Parts: sequence; structure tokens; C-alpha cells
Amino acid sequence: MEPKTSAAICGMGHSMKRKEDPRFIRGQGRYVDDIKLPGMLHMDIVRSPYAHAKILAIHTEKALAIPGVLAVITGETLKAYKLHWMPTLMSDTQMVLPVEKVMYQAQEVAAVIATDRYAAADGVEAVEVDYEPLPVVVDPFKALEPGAPVLRTDKEGKNDNHIWHWETGDRAATERAFAEADVTVKQDIYIPRIHVASIETCGCVADFNKTDTHLTVYMTTQAPHAIRTVIALVAGHVGLSEEKIRVISPDLGGGFGGKVPVYPGYVIAVAASVVIGKPVKWVEDRMENLQADSFARDYHMTAELAAKKDGTMTALRIKTLADHGYADAAANPSKFPAGLFSICTGSYDIKTAFTEMDAAYTNKPPGGVAYRCSFRVTEAVHAIERMTDVLAQELKMDPAELRFKNFIPADKFPYKSALGWEYDSGNYKAALEKALDKIGYAELRKEQAEKRAKGELMGIGICTFTEIVGAGPSKDFDILGIKMFDSAEIRVHPTGKAIARFGTKSQGQGHETTYAQIVAEELGIPAAHIQVEEGDTDTAPYGLGTYASRSTPTAGAAGAVAARKIRDKAKKIAAYLLEVSEDDLEWEPGKFSVKGAPQKSKTIQELAFAAYTNHPPGMEAGLEAVDYYDPPNLTFPFGSYVCVVDIDRGTGAVKVRRFLAIDDCGNIINPMIVDGQIHGGLSMGLAPALFEEISYDESGNISGGSFMDYLVPTAMETPNWETDKTVTPSPHHPLGAKGVGESATVGAPPAIVNAVVDALSHLGVRHIEIPMTPERVWNILKEKGVAE
Amino acid sequence: MARHQIQVKINGTDHKAEVESRLLLVHLLRETLSMTGTHIGCDTTHCGACTVLLDGVPVKSCTVLAVQADGREVKTVEGLEQDGKLHAIQEGFWQEHGLQCGFCTPGMMITSSALLASNPDPSEAEIRKAISGNLCRCTGYVNIIKSVQYAAAKLRPEAG
Repeated sequence: MEPKTSAAICGMGHSMKRKEDPRFIRGQGRYVDDIKLPGMLHMDIVRSPYAHAKILAIHTEKALAIPGVLAVITGETLKAYKLHWMPTLMSDTQMVLPVEKVMYQAQEVAAVIATDRYAAADGVEAVEVDYEPLPVVVDPFKALEPGAPVLRTDKEGKNDNHIWHWETGDRAATERAFAEADVTVKQDIYIPRIHVASIETCGCVADFNKTDTHLTVYMTTQAPHAIRTVIALVAGHVGLSEEKIRVISPDLGGGFGGKVPVYPGYVIAVAASVVIGKPVKWVEDRMENLQADSFARDYHMTAELAAKKDGTMTALRIKTLADHGYADAAANPSKFPAGLFSICTGSYDIKTAFTEMDAAYTNKPPGGVAYRCSFRVTEAVHAIERMTDVLAQELKMDPAELRFKNFIPADKFPYKSALGWEYDSGNYKAALEKALDKIGYAELRKEQAEKRAKGELMGIGICTFTEIVGAGPSKDFDILGIKMFDSAEIRVHPTGKAIARFGTKSQGQGHETTYAQIVAEELGIPAAHIQVEEGDTDTAPYGLGTYASRSTPTAGAAGAVAARKIRDKAKKIAAYLLEVSEDDLEWEPGKFSVKGAPQKSKTIQELAFAAYTNHPPGMEAGLEAVDYYDPPNLTFPFGSYVCVVDIDRGTGAVKVRRFLAIDDCGNIINPMIVDGQIHGGLSMGLAPALFEEISYDESGNISGGSFMDYLVPTAMETPNWETDKTVTPSPHHPLGAKGVGESATVGAPPAIVNAVVDALSHLGVRHIEIPMTPERVWNILKEKGVAE
Repeated sequence: MARHQIQVKINGTDHKAEVESRLLLVHLLRETLSMTGTHIGCDTTHCGACTVLLDGVPVKSCTVLAVQADGREVKTVEGLEQDGKLHAIQEGFWQEHGLQCGFCTPGMMITSSALLASNPDPSEAEIRKAISGNLCRCTGYVNIIKSVQYAAAKLRPEAG
């Protein structure tokens, strides 16, 4: 798409250099840990070495004797204020600090407040806790067996570890379709626990002023407005009132879903500041971040696909057990305990489907959050994209051919899926054709055949995913009752410059640039002249925040609509100044001119000045607008990915030789930023496919709890991503745009797994679990007799 | 705990401080001297967000004691820009979209600047190896490599 605006205006379609970068490249970003307030105290947390244990006593005397240590906060301290438990977003409860027992290794047990961070750490070392270990439940299947130790004894009458059952689709019709199918395939698929591991960990500075009872919290949060409301609802009874709470989310060093939840550390820091009346800083270290913050995934799935002999898919059935740890602290819209897992029919015209899920408590940290994906979409896409390849293998069909056969045709959009979603737009065939053509699919297959003949292992994997992002329409989507709209407020100043504030919060996505480009697109004011702000609840309009690729679909749309309201008013002023009727005016980016007399015109800057100096009689002065945008539907970005791998028969190491991503996110605001989002997303898809996992031994001891053994890919393991696009605009979004930040994280893992399985398919390998570590792959090679 | 008088030249300016034996260099920079451009991303020397130059060599300042820097020269991200002119590596990161959240960026730029000081024309493989001790979660490294190549081209004498 050619940009409609000049390079000087820099609206949509321009690869504008980022407006936020000048401060970051100078080390002048302002992250939470950079904030230093007068009299600020430091907090550090005592954590449990046991996965399940009774707390017999907490001895604080030695800690309190350390110079600089001012207080040790325990569950009993918080209990006096009824703050030792807190609600989760999924209507469950979780401990802030325990009074009876701990439920996972690294759980918060007490907090030390001190004058500096070294003294606080000394205090943590000196707190002694007496524990009585209890039986540990690690395996969610065993958790649901009769006689398993009941974990949530705090819940009256609770006599098992089952949290909820959820199902959707037509069970009976699906059973019939499976009974009638020519071919059925079935596969267990486990998506392990992983962690977003943003390079900045979580933390806050809580600053309560005892005189005016105002609380300011600088916090690593992706959703500052919702957090303000949650603080008011949870701590209203101790005198925190929403008009006196200000949440500021400063620069964030990555989020990816990990900065959506409210962690106990935040609450303890706020409580400490309220009680002591001084600012309290808490910043977790990396091990705390990996071991105690919300995890992602941990879905045990059994997927089945039914088809005709010719490959036409007829039905899909998936049964899942979700391991939620000791509390369901998932960050999903309230009505969606399994998130948007029901996107699992994917890009295919499958008429019948049924999916059901049960959730279980175990002695692990609570969660789960997304890991750079719209609610549980990665799990769903992994299931359908793996099953498509399993079916292709069963039918001895080429996986590309099977996909072409089953794609929802481009002329069937908007498309109603078997599980109830209305896909807004798509052209899957075009995207896959482009991908195969660009990577040279036929030649790669030829090369693979030659290599196989020589005993070399090479595989080609395809993934043709559909995402579901941009929650969401308020009829279905809310968080604790708050509808999932988002907002923009734009004020144009007399000199034609503007400030625009949004209810979302960038964590690296570049909103200061892309939102300015959206306003520039609609008003013709140069993006360079538009100051974008987010993250301060005292100044920005209310919004639900940035996650699930929702910023462009919701707040970005709000920005466009608010700008159009301003343009409508500017048009009235132009008609007045040019002494013509509004109908006689035409718009080009940056000015209104009289139809047929283009020399008679007024620029947006002239109209802005007139709005404050010479506006029509009867019209309010000023040029500003607010929009709270409630999207009519979600957006459905999609892509076709092709991955080529080589496997080392000596070590089992998988090398991603090439990876081509064709993405379609509708109309693009900033091509450079979209490309960057896809690069990052691909890397966060590579990571769980090959390296990352958090697992537990039978005693509930974590492995993967530090960067020693939680393997975030470096530049050495990450391939040179190849990217390209097709453009299928969203019909309902004001700019025709769709979300994009997470597509690649969703689409990459199955492409990589499909490539590795493809490399080994001639040996009878049908599925490999992730992460596909050298050890795991080598063991398969050994079993098949091809290890060197 | 014993305290020590130290003098460290940071970005060309001498700083004197009295520090505990155990104070980490990164905390001397961030807490004592309020130079917060150097970040902390882990505690096992893996992420590289805290990378600074110690006598011209990249080190992870979360695993160096402040007393070890006594009498030596430290360069941080704040010292890259000279006389109001961005260092070529800073320009490269901006031009090539080599950063997103910006948290790993100071360490990444410091490491890259050391590479270019010793190897003015690095291959892609050499760049990847040089930055392999610096984790980035946002960019997928592709644009970081382009940023370093941009800076390398700009710094080479023939580029003028």
C-alpha cells in the first residue's frame, strides 16, 4: 500500500524512525528501578524452599537487629488489615503472604523493609522460618486422582484439586463425524511451562502520603488503569480511594503478558508504604522473576482430527488438562477461563468441532499468563497445526497440499467457525502460495530427497495459522466486569501541534511513534508534531492496557475515530472561514480546499489556530476529542511460515537453516516496526520450540529457575529471519489494521516442530514434544538407529 | 563491614566514593552516582544489560565489585555521545530499529562499541559471537546486527 501522506506528514505506511529512541539510546529511559524518591525504603522478600509446607513459626528478631532493617512483614501483619489474601482475575484467590502454609517453592513468606537494598537482603538471610513439609502434588493428572492430597484447604468444603470444567462446540455431532470418518488421527501434545523473561523484571515504588492520603505507585504494569481500580476495590477498606490513587507505568523493559498480573510483591510494597508513610521500592531479581511470577502454557492436550480419504477435514476434537498451579491466576477475559482456545479450528473449513478442558491445582506458582500471545491462542494453534501434519503423514499427502485443500476460501469471509468465531477477513491460499514460491518449496523437497539418500536429516515445516486478537467487543469481553474497550484523547494546540493520550501502555512496541502516525494519517499534522503519552492514570483516558495484540485494534482505532471527530470540527471551521458550505469542501491530508477552486484552502494548522482565535459563532472553542472505542469484532491476522532445519546426527542439535514468515496483519501503520515485531515474535517462538522450559521434580523443586538453565536464545542460536507480507485489510477496523505483535510467537513453534518431524518422518516419527532439545532429539535418533 | 575510599574515572570524569567491600560496580553507578543508564536484568552474569567498559574491556558490572574498579576507567552508555554528537553505534541502533523496549540496549551498544574498537569490519558471525553475552527479548537480533554493521560502515576511515 502506498502511503497517502507525504514523508513530512508521515502517516500510515511510512517507516518512521521511532520517537522514543533518542532517550533509550542515551540511557535516559526511565524504568521503575531508575526511580529514586526522597526517604525511599527498600523491600526484599523471604521465599519458601518447600513446595508445600506448614509454617510453624517465623523468627524475625535476628533480622530486626541488623542495622538498617526497619520491619519484617508477615502474613499475620497483613491479616490485621485483611490483606493476606487477594482475588485473582479468574475469581479465584491467592495469598499475598501466608499465615498457615506455603503452596509452591519460592512463594513469598515474609518481606523485609530496610533503608537500602543490601540491608534488606541481609534481613532476608536472617529471617528464620520453621516449616513442616507436606505431601507435594506436581502432576496435574495425579492431582485429580481420588485420594490426592487436597491443596486448597482454605476453601470450605473443597475436597479435590479440580478448578473448573469448560467445553464448547457440538459434542454429539463431533462424535458422529468421527464415527463416520474415513480417517482419524489422535495425538497427545504437551505445551510445557515457560516464562516470558522480559529483560526487565517486575517491581514497583509505592509512595503513600499520610497527610493527603494519596497513593502513587510506579509499577511495571501493562494495564495501569485496571490496576488502579483493582487497588481501590481490594484495599478500599483500608482507606485507599480511587480518586487518590495514581498508577504510573513508566518505561517498561518488555512485558509479553508477564506484567499483566498483580503479584504479591506489589501489594506488600503498597501495604508497607501505607503503614510506614514512606516510599517503598521493590524490584525482584531474575530468579524470583522466573520462579514465582506467572507462568505461561502448561497445557496437556489430546487432539483428534477426522477426515475423508481425499484429505478433507471433517471434525476436530481436543481434550485438555490445564495445570494452573495452586491458584487460577490466569489473565483472561472473565468469561473465558480457557482464553480464546476455541480458535483451534485454525485456518481450515472444519464444519464440526468440540473442545473441553479441565483445570487442576498443583504445588506450583499460580498463572497462567500469555507469553506474547492472545489468550491461549498459541496452544490452540500448536494443536491444529501439528494435527494437520499428523494427518498429512497418515494420508501420505504433502502438508502444503493438505492445507490448500482445507483452507477457508477467500470468498467465504466473514467466516463463521464451528466454535463460534466470525473471522473478519483472510486469504490463506495467497499467503501460502507466496511463502512456497519465495522459499523455493519444490527445490527444497528435491534437496531433502537427495539428502535422505545420503543419510542426512533435513526437514521442511509449514504452519498456516490464524490468530484472534484485539479483545474485544464489550458484549463478550470484560475483566472483572470492566468492558474491554480502549481509548484515545487528542488535543490540538493553537499552533497546530497536538498531544494524544491513550489507555494502553507500550512495553517496546513503539506506540509513541505508531499512534502519532495514526493521528497524522487522519489529521495531516506531521507525526513529528504529535506528542503521545500513556501509562499515567491521572492524565490518560481509561483503558484496559496493552496485551493480546489489542493496542492497534482498540486504542489505535480510538485514535483514528477521535482524530476524525476533530477533522469534522475543523471542517466546520474551514467552511466558516472560506464562506462555503461543508459539502463544498474536500479533504487531502493536512488541508480542506474548495471543490473546483483548490487555491481556496485552509490547512489544519490554520484551522487549529482559528479554533482558539476565530471560531464560528455558537461553536465551542478548542479542538479536541475523546473516543472510547468498542470494537465490533476481534481481528484475525494470519500467516504462512516455512521453516527448514538440519539435524546433527551426532548431537541431536536442530539447526534452523531458514525461516520465512509471510504475515498478514491488514493495513500497516509502520512497516519497520511491524517487521521488528515479527522478528521478536519469531524469536519468542523459537525459544519454547527448542530451548525454554520450566519443570519441577517430584518434590516440587524448580528447574529452569535462573538464566543458568532457563535458556533464552542468544544471537548465536537465532537465525536470520526472512519476512514478507500479504495485505488483507480488516473490514471493520477504521484503518483496516489488525494486531501483529504476537502472530509470530504463535506461528513459529509448530512450523519448527513440523520441520523436525518432517526430517524424521521417514523413520516413522510422527510427533515430538517441545522443547526439542539435543538430548530429546538424539534419543529419538538413537531409538531409530540413526544416531552417530 | 569494611569501607574503602575509591576513585574511578567514569566517562572521563573522576568520581570519589566511600564504599562497602561488597558493593557491586553496577550499584555504584546506579545507586551511589545515580547513573541509571546501565541496567540490571539478572543475577548470574547471563543477560548483559549491565555491561560497561572497564579499561576498554566489556564487563558485566553486576559481577564486578566497585573496589575492583578503583583507579581504573569505566565507560557507560552515558559516555557514548560526545560533544552533543551521537556515537555511530547509537545512530545505528536508531536508524536500523535495533531496539524496542530499550532495556538491553545500553549493554548491547557498549558491547558492540568494544567490538568495533578492536575489529572495524566484523563479519555477521563475528557480530553474533560478540553480542552472545547480551540477551535481547524484543528484536530477534536481526536488526541489532544491522545496527552494528551500520556503525561499522560509518566508523571506517574510507567512509569519511
